[in-house]
Amino acid sequence: MTVTLLLFASYAEALGATTLDMELPRESTVGDLLTAIRSRPGADRLPPTPLVAVNERYANLDSVVREGDEVALIPPVAGG
Amino acid sequence: MTPLPSLVRAPIDPMEIVRAVSNPGNGAVLLFLGAVRQVNDGRDVTGIDYAAYEGMAQRELEAIVSEASSRFGTSDVAVQHRLGELGVEEVSVAIAVGHAHRDAAYAVSRFVIEELKRRVPIWKREHYTDGTREWVDPTGRASAGAPS
Repeated sequence: MTVTLLLFASYAEALGATTLDMELPRESTVGDLLTAIRSRPGADRLPPTPLVAVNERYANLDSVVREGDEVALIPPVAGG
Repeated sequence: MTPLPSLVRAPIDPMEIVRAVSNPGNGAVLLFLGAVRQVNDGRDVTGIDYAAYEGMAQRELEAIVSEASSRFGTSDVAVQHRLGELGVEEVSVAIAVGHAHRDAAYAVSRFVIEELKRRVPIWKREHYTDGTREWVDPTGRASAGAPS
């Protein structure tokens, strides 16, 4: 299945992209997605377990992702 | 209360957000403005650009306003955050609160800014006098799971 991954700020710079289409087996979790990203160039600049949102809501490593989900890696927030 | 957009690219109008929380029952009206500071962590800053995961940032800001309203008993809460390039002294965030009494108004305002800084997906890149730009990491670390 395909999942759209959004990248922002320092993470977008690290991976050289603002969106990535990720191919994952069905029933994959956020943790599986993070493992899959590790093979991308620049991924060594990400923290071991970055914050993740699924469909605009904060998610945990064991959250299941589904076909068509919008998954985002959330760098440390700095609003205000 | 007139709803205002929570993310804006044009300069924030403080009086507009104050008017949005105006209500005959409010004995206290409080306005907080966050501004771009010239020096951060000892480095001279010439400006900041703000970026956001816009859909989620709007959702989180709306959730914070809703939580503040139910927790402190007022629906007169408004927040606006600016995106794009800002110069020193420009307003990056505005929070207006109307409440019958000042103690609660101060509590609501504090709640909204602290929650915003904790969980709303907005990022800032500081521009320094030497021409370099860096994304600010207020934590110096990142953790697994949702903010708690």
